[in-house]
Amino acid sequence: MADIAIKKKRPKNLNLLSIRLPLPGILSIIHRIAGAALFLLLPALLWILQNSLASAETFAAIKGVVANPLVKLILFGLIWMYMHHFCAGIRYLLLDVHKGVDLASARLSSWIVFAVSIALTLIVGAKVLW
Amino acid sequence: MVNRIVVGAHYGLKDWIVQRGTAIVMAVYTVVFLAVIGAVAPDSFDAWRGIFASGFMKFATFVFLVSLIYHVWIGMRDIWMDYVRPDGLRLLVLMATAAVLVGYAGWAVQILWRT
Repeated sequence: MADIAIKKKRPKNLNLLSIRLPLPGILSIIHRIAGAALFLLLPALLWILQNSLASAETFAAIKGVVANPLVKLILFGLIWMYMHHFCAGIRYLLLDVHKGVDLASARLSSWIVFAVSIALTLIVGAKVLW
Repeated sequence: MVNRIVVGAHYGLKDWIVQRGTAIVMAVYTVVFLAVIGAVAPDSFDAWRGIFASGFMKFATFVFLVSLIYHVWIGMRDIWMDYVRPDGLRLLVLMATAAVLVGYAGWAVQILWRT
């Protein structure tokens, strides 16, 4: 019985270029990519934290590194990824308790996540990086 | 529908709950940390270091980082299991992920308590 079920061929469509994700799907894949990227950048963040706290000299050196426009851009992207992961995560917690599970609310809450995370990124980024 | 009781064996319920528990801990810390940064506006080394000088802030930051590391473990494990199919390679990346995360935890202790 189990063998028959496994062998049954099902149609698959895994061409990434032909799949059009709905908005909550885009939110979801960004949530995943942002999480993975934050993991990969974690040693850099710990390094920044370490040097910013070690001594006045290393603090000044970190300030110099962060003043670099390219580093600023990366950190800005990192803040956005954190904020997106944060807001999308809160949305998932609400979905877990069955808040906003119908299609219209799920789409609306996705728009809210994008809007709020970008707004938070601009506020925090402006405060921290300038 | 398969009728089974989702307790006792490892059905992933524990990880599911831990992922949400650690998320809540990190969310609360994030709000508190941003409020502190907003209030203190640490432009100088002394002001920045002062934030992490208190025992409470060390404790809270450490709890945040341990939550982060556990959260990353569950998240990255799910990602590796989705995309890395060969068993040997999967085992390797899982072990490497666990190893660096344990290392980060030790590093975080050293950063916080040397301050």
